[in-house]
Amino acid sequence: MENQDNVLEVRNLEINFDTFAGTVKAIRNVSFDLKKGETLAIVGESGSGKSVTTRAIMGLLARNAKVANGTIEYQDRDLLQLSERDMEQIRGVDIAEIFQDPMTSLDPTMKIGRQIAEPLMIHKNMKKDQAEAEALKMMKLVGITNAEDRINDYPHQFSGGMRQRIVIAIALINYPDILIADEPTTALDVTIQAQILHLMKELQTKINTSIIFITHDLGVVAGMADRVAVMYAGQIVEYGTVDEIFYDPKHPYTWGLLNSMPTLDTKENTLPSIPGTPPDLLEPPVGDAFAARNQYALKIDTQKQPPFFKVSDTHSAATWLLDPRAPKVTPPATILERQKKYAAMHEKAVAEAKRAEQEQHRSGEEEG
Amino acid sequence: MADNIKQPVDDSFEPVPLNEKQKLDDEKIAAPSLTFTQDAWRRLKRNKSAMISMIILLVLFVMAFSSSFIEPHDPNAQDPSYANLPAKIPGVGIPGFNGTLKQGDVRVDAYAQAGVKPGTYYVMGTDYLGRDLFSRVLYGTRISLTIALVATFFDLTIGVAYGMISGWKGGRVDNLMQRIIEIIMSIPSLVVIILLILILKPGMASIIIAIALTSWTNMARLVRAETLELKNQEFVLAARTLGESPIKIAFKHLLPNLSSVIIINTMFTIPSAIFFEALLSYIGIGISSPQASLGTLLNDGQKNFQFLPYQMWFPAVVLSLIMICFNLFGDGLRDAFDPRSKE
Amino acid sequence: MAKYLAKRIFYLLLTLFIVITITFFLMKLLPGTPLTNQAKLSKSEIAVIYQQYGLDKPVWQQYLSYVWNALHGDFGTSFQFSDQSVSYLIGSRIGPSLQIGLQAMVVGVLAGITIGAIGAVRQNTWVDTTTTVISILGISIPSFVLAVLLQYFLGFKLQWFPIANWGGFMYTILPTLALAASPLAESARFMRTEMVDVLNSDYIELAKAKGMSKAKVIYHHALRNSLIPLITVVGPLAVGIMTGSMVVENIFSIPGIGEQFVKSVLTNDYPTIMGLTIVYSVMLMVVLLITDIIYGIVDPRIRITGGSN
Repeated sequence: MENQDNVLEVRNLEINFDTFAGTVKAIRNVSFDLKKGETLAIVGESGSGKSVTTRAIMGLLARNAKVANGTIEYQDRDLLQLSERDMEQIRGVDIAEIFQDPMTSLDPTMKIGRQIAEPLMIHKNMKKDQAEAEALKMMKLVGITNAEDRINDYPHQFSGGMRQRIVIAIALINYPDILIADEPTTALDVTIQAQILHLMKELQTKINTSIIFITHDLGVVAGMADRVAVMYAGQIVEYGTVDEIFYDPKHPYTWGLLNSMPTLDTKENTLPSIPGTPPDLLEPPVGDAFAARNQYALKIDTQKQPPFFKVSDTHSAATWLLDPRAPKVTPPATILERQKKYAAMHEKAVAEAKRAEQEQHRSGEEEG
Repeated sequence: MADNIKQPVDDSFEPVPLNEKQKLDDEKIAAPSLTFTQDAWRRLKRNKSAMISMIILLVLFVMAFSSSFIEPHDPNAQDPSYANLPAKIPGVGIPGFNGTLKQGDVRVDAYAQAGVKPGTYYVMGTDYLGRDLFSRVLYGTRISLTIALVATFFDLTIGVAYGMISGWKGGRVDNLMQRIIEIIMSIPSLVVIILLILILKPGMASIIIAIALTSWTNMARLVRAETLELKNQEFVLAARTLGESPIKIAFKHLLPNLSSVIIINTMFTIPSAIFFEALLSYIGIGISSPQASLGTLLNDGQKNFQFLPYQMWFPAVVLSLIMICFNLFGDGLRDAFDPRSKE
Repeated sequence: MAKYLAKRIFYLLLTLFIVITITFFLMKLLPGTPLTNQAKLSKSEIAVIYQQYGLDKPVWQQYLSYVWNALHGDFGTSFQFSDQSVSYLIGSRIGPSLQIGLQAMVVGVLAGITIGAIGAVRQNTWVDTTTTVISILGISIPSFVLAVLLQYFLGFKLQWFPIANWGGFMYTILPTLALAASPLAESARFMRTEMVDVLNSDYIELAKAKGMSKAKVIYHHALRNSLIPLITVVGPLAVGIMTGSMVVENIFSIPGIGEQFVKSVLTNDYPTIMGLTIVYSVMLMVVLLITDIIYGIVDPRIRITGGSN
């Protein structure tokens, strides 16, 4: 590990898929860290490679996927080098996953108590009764009402929200270090979404786990995440803290994403969208993959891939617009507003920090 | 990759002009758009076993139906002096295909023994009455394929119409029609077929009618289920709201959407119809002598199987080949028309 | 569940009644009489025989008495063996048919499940290809062709098993194998398709994410979920075995009801044909009822709602 705060370090990950049409370069040089106890959101549209990344961490890549390069380091071991048996010891114990669709991710013919208890029976060698007693506790923890009566029910007897709670219970039963949540609320009603997100936040503090939160919905990210990585066409194009991504985005793709998110301030009747579709990853375009859809595209975008330009210690973006040689462009009006808000927030924060410092200073003087 | 990227020059930091950007987007070639049928055909073409089966079936069709022209001998002409000749193919020396027969421990030239004129060949040999087996197998194939075609026809007419009406009408009509099917299906179809043949007197026509009257039930059930689903879809609702007549809706909206179910199921009716005909003829209540059918040929061949195995092998192989090809082709069609069924 | 069962049994009896009725009137439509094949008989002799079989009464009376008797298991007297009642004939011959049929079903389905599951687990490998070839051959090659081949090679050439007749377990092996081929192939194919679907499902992904080994995932989650739908094809498989038995029993000279049915058809023994038709449909209906009940028991999704929709 490069950094003691990190539980997981992904470096230069490249994953290809062999298909009938050719090799799809699904993940192209992705690196990121996951810090202890934090929630990292990976945001991007369908096909950007979010899910493939998490599958790689879980060691559950499809059969036609090939890891071409990179390392995934966890507890000083490279997960990509582990045998299937070793990986089985990690899955469901240290790293667990919550899936997207609770309606299909539970075994329809197995009682839910048994399904929740299974990870304990496999990994902790618990007997069924003991494991189900633990399962019952976990069911209560994730907020399943009448847990005692329902432990022997089958999945079809539960609503979508309840089923997702069951899936969460399965994932958390072994108190994993890392929880991967792959669009856990996409298939749910908005009100249920909020409950599930709230539950996850709450459990994170109780269980002290790090979360990788995959979503295409920036609205969900704001309340959930500590840091955000934006993915496009198999690459991370920008990462930073939630505030940096939301209020001071640098990459035109992030601008587009934020612009197409409805907010309370949205006045127009239409919601702007990013024109075009993501590039075909059978033959990724030369240069910046986003160039074709980017209204701020520079000539160099079509020739050379942009490197990461550092904005702050925590914030970087891969766009040529940050190069000193690039012309000054004006981001869309809404982004400017966001940046203004951010500046104000920042000033306020700085002022508060100063005041706090002064107060501390004063109190220190008084004590002294 | 880095090699073919030109070192950027300073002016490349200029914004890309609008018209060029258009081009950038245009360059992304989207996959060519295909209609559903084109797409299915493309998938079918990739399926080797299905394509080979289709070709074999086409060849068999052409041979069987043009057999009046290519038949080297009359399938019903008897010549007792030429009885039980083994297969002899011009220019082939493999035992079994060179007109020789094992008698005791020695191979003898059966053709010379029988005094056949040199230059006369029976490529599959002759049967116990001296009839040319090849011509008879071709004739039998023709009967099998005819029955297949007729069964398909009734599947498509009775089965599809019954299913569509049942599904479309719903309610009591549907209930009654389904009960009727359940009753028909609660007797094994071979039993029904035999009862019908008994009433109609054995023969080609009654076999066809009997098979036709029992083969459509599966189709009707599948079409009904699909129609029930389609009936409530928006485009059908829209057509109904606009006052289109049910007949028009059936032809314009339902049939095209039912086509894959229909095509796939047809491909499974055919082998079962062929099987029933062969079985009936085999047990002696189907096509009767002197007419040839693959079933009667098998029955004849089985009697002498220990001594003249070729008389059983040829019809057995041809019958199995037809069945295998229809099944493989049917599988291919299902995979092609229903991509969900394959990964 | 009880209500559903009662309803199903009521429908079964209704269907049975309709089947009896249809069979009766179909037989009345038949050309010829049992005497067609006999030597010339005098008018008085014919009258006596007609009276003996009750053929002198009006059709509706014949019908009512037939239904009444049929519901009591009495299908009249055989034309072929005028000294035997049809029920006795069937009763004495149903044993071998049931034995071979059940053996074929059990052997076929168990082997089919195994082959299909292996094919699905080793999807797109040579193992899978082999299982696919086996199932295509099994579905395509007619049972009577297979029966003759088995008889010739295993019975005549290798002399491992008796060629024909009925005498003991050894005599059942070849006909069982001939009849088992089609259920084996059908269930292997069905099993493979189901299992491939299940293996691609989200809950299998979740099971893997729990850290279960592949074997455990298959055993605990994939097998059960693929086996449940297999119950629905048992009915059609039973039909296939009944169909095949008619000719396979003939080939192996087994004194069963299939062989009897064909014999009766060839000799215009109408009472026996009618009796066997009814027996066949009762067997089929019972199989369908039992599989339905089992399906309701093993699939929790149906169990609770108390019936299939």
